[in-house]
Formats: sequence, C-alpha cells, structure tokens
Amino acid sequence: MTKKITLRKLKEFIIEKLILLCGLASIFFVMLIFIFLLKEGLALFKTVKVSNFLLGKSWYPISEPPELGILPLILGSLLVTFGAAIISVPIGVACAVYIAEIAPGKVKEVLKAGIELLAAIPSVVLGFIGMVTLVPWVKKVFNLPTGLTALSGSIMLAFMAMPTIVSIAEDALYSVPRSYKEGAFALGATHWQTIWRLLLPAASSGILAAVMLGIGRVIGETMAVMMITGNSAVIPQTFLAPVRTLTATIAAEMGETVVGSEHYFALFAIGIVLFIISFVINVTADLFLHRKPK
Amino acid sequence: MDKIQVKNLNLWYGNFQALKNVSATFAEKKITAIIGPSGCGKSTFLRVLNRMNDLIEGVKTSGQVFIDGENILSQDVDLIALRKKVGMVFQRPNPFPLSVYENIAFGIKIHGLKYTKDTLDAIVENSLREVLLWDDLKDKLHRSALSLSLEQKQRLCIARLLAVKSDVVLMDEPCSALDPQATQRIEELMRELKKHYTIIIVTHNMQQAARVSDDTGFMLLGEMIEFADTHSIFTAPKDRRTEEYITGRYG
Ligand SMILES: Nc1ncnc2c1ncn2[C@@H]1O[C@H](COP(=O)(O)OP(=O)(O)O)[C@@H](O)[C@H]1O
Ligand SMILES: [Mg+2]
Repeated sequence: MTKKITLRKLKEFIIEKLILLCGLASIFFVMLIFIFLLKEGLALFKTVKVSNFLLGKSWYPISEPPELGILPLILGSLLVTFGAAIISVPIGVACAVYIAEIAPGKVKEVLKAGIELLAAIPSVVLGFIGMVTLVPWVKKVFNLPTGLTALSGSIMLAFMAMPTIVSIAEDALYSVPRSYKEGAFALGATHWQTIWRLLLPAASSGILAAVMLGIGRVIGETMAVMMITGNSAVIPQTFLAPVRTLTATIAAEMGETVVGSEHYFALFAIGIVLFIISFVINVTADLFLHRKPK
Repeated sequence: MDKIQVKNLNLWYGNFQALKNVSATFAEKKITAIIGPSGCGKSTFLRVLNRMNDLIEGVKTSGQVFIDGENILSQDVDLIALRKKVGMVFQRPNPFPLSVYENIAFGIKIHGLKYTKDTLDAIVENSLREVLLWDDLKDKLHRSALSLSLEQKQRLCIARLLAVKSDVVLMDEPCSALDPQATQRIEELMRELKKHYTIIIVTHNMQQAARVSDDTGFMLLGEMIEFADTHSIFTAPKDRRTEEYITGRYG
C-alpha cells in the first residue's frame, strides 16, 4: 500500500521534472537564438552608425565600400504591409461579421472550412500562384513595364493575413454575450444596428488583436513577397513600383555573403529590426486581447 | 380597457408544442402576473407578445394576438415599431456594454427619433428619475453600465424602455437574480410604473404575483389553466390544478 503510493509519487515527481526540463529547454534555446542574433547583429554597429544603418537611403552591400542603409527596405516592408492591411482588414472584418452573424448554418461551415484551407496553403505556393496570375494582371491593368510591384505583394499578403483576421475576429464576435443582442432586438434595433452599435464595439479589442496578428504575419512573410515584389532596393514612390522588404533581403542575400563581413552583420541587424517590429506588434495584440473592460 | 387580447394561441418549437390554445386578456395600466412551474411556457408566451420568438429557428405559431387592436402575429406587422411599443426586461439584467447615458440613448438613436443634446439629456434624466436611479447615478452617467450593481442594472434596463416610450413592459422573472430587499424595491417601482404602463410579469414566485399583480394567469404544460383577478386566483381558484399549485403541491 505505502509502496504503491511512494511509487506513484515518484512517477509524478519524474513527470513533473521532465515537463519543467522541457519548458526550461525551450526558454534556453530561445535565449540562445536571441543572444546569437544580438551578438551577430550588434557587431555591425562597431563600424556603422545606427542612424546611418536605419536611415541610410541606399543599400549596396557588395559595392566597395558597402553602403548599408536599410531605409528603402523598411519603407518597402511598411508599404507592402500597409497595402495588405488596407485590403485585408475591411474584407476580413466584414467576412468575420458575415460568418458570425449573418451566414446560415451551412454557408457558415463552408466559409470556415474555406478560410482554414486558405491558411493551410504554403506561402511559396501562394507566391507561385501570384506570380503567374496576379503579376501579369497588375502589369496589364495598370499598363506597367513590370507587374512585380508593391501592389502585387500587398494583394498577395492580404490573402495571407485574411485567415488570421477572420478567424480571430469571428471568435471575438462570437464571444459577445447573446444577451446584448437580445436586449437590442427587444428594443427594436435592426440586425445591422445591433452589429454596428453593439457587437463590433463589444468585440473591438478582439478585432484589434486579430488585425495586429494578421499584420504580424504579413510583416514576417518572406517567400511570397520575394517572388512577386520585384526586389529593387530603392525608396518606393508608389504602390506600382517594385520594392524590396526586410525579410526578402535576408532571404535573398544570406547565401552570397561572407561570414564575418559587414554585409553578414548587417543582415543580422536587419533580423533585429524585424524582431523588434514583430515583438511590438505581438505585445500590442496581446494587450488588446487581455484588455479588461473598463 | 383591454390592451392585449390573445386568442387561441398555439406555438411549436419544431414538433414540440409549447403553447396550447392559450387565450387571455390584459387590461391597460394594470399589472398581470403569469405564474406556473418551470418549463410550462411562461417565457415562451411572453416572447410571443414582442415576437422575440422569431429569432429562434423552427418556431411556428397559430392564433391571434391583438395589441391595440392590431394582430401582431400577422406577416406584415412592423416588428421594429412593435418592439418599440412592447419592451422587454430579462431575467438576467442585460445592460449594453456602454455608458449609463448611452444605454438610455440607445433606443432613441436606433429609432431615428429627433433629438438635440438638450432633449436627449432631458430624456436620460427623466427615464432615470422614473426608475429612481437619478440621484444615485447623476454623477456617473458616463461610467460603464457594467459597473453597476445588479439592482441598478435591472432598473437601467427598465429605464431603457421608458426612454423610447414603450407602453407595454414585459418582465421575465425580473427579480430572480436580486436579493429580497432589491426585489421589494423593484416591486414598488412596478406599482409606480403601473400608472403609465401596462405590465406583464412572469414569475415563479407566487408571493410576488400575489403582492404586485391585479390579474393573474396560471399556466401548466403550455396551457393557460386559469386566468382571473389576482384576489380570486389566490383565494378561490376554480381549477383543482391551480389550487394545487398555489398551495405548493407542484415544484
Ligand atoms: N428554443 C427552444 N427550442 C425548443 N424548445 C424550447 C425552446 N425554448 C423553450 N423550449 C421548451 O418549451 C417549454 C417552455 O419553455 P419556457 O417558455 O422557457 O418555460 P418557462 O419560462 O415557463 O420556464 C419547455 O419545455 C422548454 O423546454
Ligand atoms: Mg422562463
């Protein structure tokens, strides 16, 4: 009897410690990656000033001496992301409202499955599809020399942000207490008034979080943007010009750089910039998600 | 004056018949209580009167319900106007997640009624005064309504109806979430409101029905067993089942 209990206790103890170990290991590896990123990235600033790096207007990493200004890349990323947000946020939120509130049972199931399917398409596949359909279309419609533009990237990325936005915003709408809706209907509100005046405001923090997470996904996206935005590292003037993003720069150049060179360190420094942007976005989303009602 | 006449009302949830040939007449500016054991169809009946059952899929009704002479079960009735006239207070107080002020202004705004800042302020004040909340809340109008006490929330939900000038107020067990003192104060409020409004209250609390109502209907398994003035229902019930219920032989 007592032996059985001590055995069980021992088992519990071992399992508990194993789980603790797994947790510690994951934290350890994250720290390791983070330290490595900082070490390699910050090394750049022994030779290049932070302001010249962040605000420099030209990125010619293999000229002699290299010019390592990432402003065009930052603006490229921001422009593409901004465009994607403009497209995906209204459509995504409207879609979430439709699924949560309006769609009859069957349509709802089909739409939700469709959204999940969209989320499951690997980004390289989406990029490929974009390259052969969207790019020629943009070229033709706007009568451009090339369809590899910020706009193409934005449209493509909007498709990638959409599943995140729709599913999280839908959850947020769905978790608004039914009693609000009943109260509004009982006062004679129309369905649309109820959605607009009650449900959307009540779900607003969840919807904002959805938007932030969608944008976070877009900022970090690499493959598809690299395939269809044209990758020219100049400060973009319009949506119809080719741009290059932070992510695409790292992906495209990491193979051709010499370990330990300024270019190599600069790519890691770009990694730090990306990390900071993603971190800020995720923390903001988290704040919205866990915001206490006043 | 009869405000509401219900004639041979039947209601089905899918294949389940929840109301069976219910008939009743509700007098204007009186309080009518509907009593009966849980599950007998009280809430269902109440939700017919402002057509809230329309929101539930698979509900069918037959029969007639006249409010001010208009059959509200007919297809072409204006549901928005109906629900403005026939307001509802729910079992769990459900103020909107807005400020106290906006909760009351909500009805005015959705019905597109004309208002200026001053008239709206006046409506908010009057509505709060009518439910005796004004003195407590006049400095907290822009606080979230979700921060109020349960009793205050329930009063606010009543005030919300008064702002759009409902003339019938349906109450579905409005005190079941409240303590006895709050219950007593809400009952006083109901007696006060009776001067201007026709009130129908569903309750499973017989003492409450006896205290506040002028007329009482007793329901059982979807049927209106007996409907008469409260005094005779409680002192001289005609039906054996009513008697058994009010003497406490049902749950
Ligand atoms: N949405 C619904 N769908 C199916 N049956 C329901 C629904 N709402 C209520 N009912 C049934 O109708 C009967 C009456 O319910 P209700 O009106 O809520 O009773 P009460 O308010 O008197 O407790 C119950 O048997 C209940 O199970
Ligand atoms: Mg009920």
